[in-house]
Amino acid sequence: MSRNVLSAHFPSISAPAVVAAAEEDGSFKAPGTAEFYWPLIGGDNNWALTRPSVVLLISVALLGWFFITAASRLQLVPTRRQFLVEGVYGFVRNSIGRDVIGEREFRPFLPLLFTVFTMILLNNVFGIVPFVQFPTMSRVAFPIVLTLAVYVTYHVVAIRRKHGVVGYFKSLVPAGLPRWLVPIMFVLEVATYFFIRPLTLALRLFGNMLAGHLMLLVFILGGEYLLLRGGNVLLAFSGVMSFAFAIVMTFFELLVEFLQAFIFTILTALYLADAVSESH
Amino acid sequence: MALLSVVTAAEGPGWPTALPLLPQPAEMLTGIVAFGILYWLYKTKVVPRLEELYAARAAAIEGGMHKAEEAQAQAQAALEQYQAQLREARAEASRIREDAKAQGATILAELRSQAAAEASRITETAHKQIEAERQQALVSLRGEVGRISVDLASRVVGESLHDETRQKGIVDRFLAELESGDVVREKVGAPRAEDA
Repeated sequence: MSRNVLSAHFPSISAPAVVAAAEEDGSFKAPGTAEFYWPLIGGDNNWALTRPSVVLLISVALLGWFFITAASRLQLVPTRRQFLVEGVYGFVRNSIGRDVIGEREFRPFLPLLFTVFTMILLNNVFGIVPFVQFPTMSRVAFPIVLTLAVYVTYHVVAIRRKHGVVGYFKSLVPAGLPRWLVPIMFVLEVATYFFIRPLTLALRLFGNMLAGHLMLLVFILGGEYLLLRGGNVLLAFSGVMSFAFAIVMTFFELLVEFLQAFIFTILTALYLADAVSESH
Repeated sequence: MALLSVVTAAEGPGWPTALPLLPQPAEMLTGIVAFGILYWLYKTKVVPRLEELYAARAAAIEGGMHKAEEAQAQAQAALEQYQAQLREARAEASRIREDAKAQGATILAELRSQAAAEASRITETAHKQIEAERQQALVSLRGEVGRISVDLASRVVGESLHDETRQKGIVDRFLAELESGDVVREKVGAPRAEDA
């Protein structure tokens, strides 16, 4: 199953294999969600080490190395690399953390926000980096892990700030509502805070990355098929056009990748701001 | 949870085809570990240092602003001082100018009176000198005129009258009469009243 994915990443190496595979029944087999399961060690196994896991670990190593070495030699007047680090950090710190959570409260949440943002951004960008070319976040496990961290954090913070679980639940319903509206609001707010928010947070990131990568796969594999197996000049030409569109979509993916990292982080900040605020 | 237990119970879970959109346990675990490691690294080694930097930079900027404010205040004070000094100096200058004017006026008046006195003195001296010279000239003229007249008379008479005139004081008397205005001018050749 990983053969098709491989061919997308290394077309020159594995193109004959795809051709051979396609020749079995002669028709084009569109890439699907099955292409995203890609074990390196072990096959169809719950504990198989998958390629996205390895990519994620590599991303952690890269991010850790990059930011720790940069942070260990900071200067008041920045060097070029420090300028980059400060740019990313300043964006998360000021534009997301401080502006959303507020001047007084945002500092304790900076590690979380920065972890979420850099981890998502780098792993998303891996989706179009040559030789990696797989967005880690298109495996739903990773968005779920990040969402879990955010979810636990904002609930714990809110319970601490709002004087216990009871206080937290009381704070969900805004004061001054008509009596008959209170139960409805309560149900809605509980659903929002406990189910809808984590679900949308995780699925938005996962869905965007999955769909984007799937689209690239379709255009590249389809283009390849049209070019090599189309049989006439017109179909070969449409294959070339498909490749061209895949390149356009790659740039579009870059935008989506950044945007998703930004959205995930700013929503995290919003939920945290909600948690630390005095009233709902 | 129920789904996961089903998955583990099955012989081959069917990750690629049957469960492509569910979290694979190994990936969940890797994700948690990776997130934990990165979070810990950031929390201990990256964020505190960057925050320190921000604080230091804010302090530097604030310090700079404080310094600038101080400098501005100093400059303002200096400016006021200079302006006060300038005002004082102007007042002083105008006072000095007034004094000088007044002093100049008095000096001028003094000089004028001095000059006037000097002038009158010089005039007086000149007058006196002229008077003296006139007297001197008068005296010498008197002698000379007498002598010349006597000479003339002597020629007319034919002998020296000098001794006689000196004895009789004729010339002096004549001159005295002349000075007192007793002598009446007569035409030459006309007979003199006294002689007649």
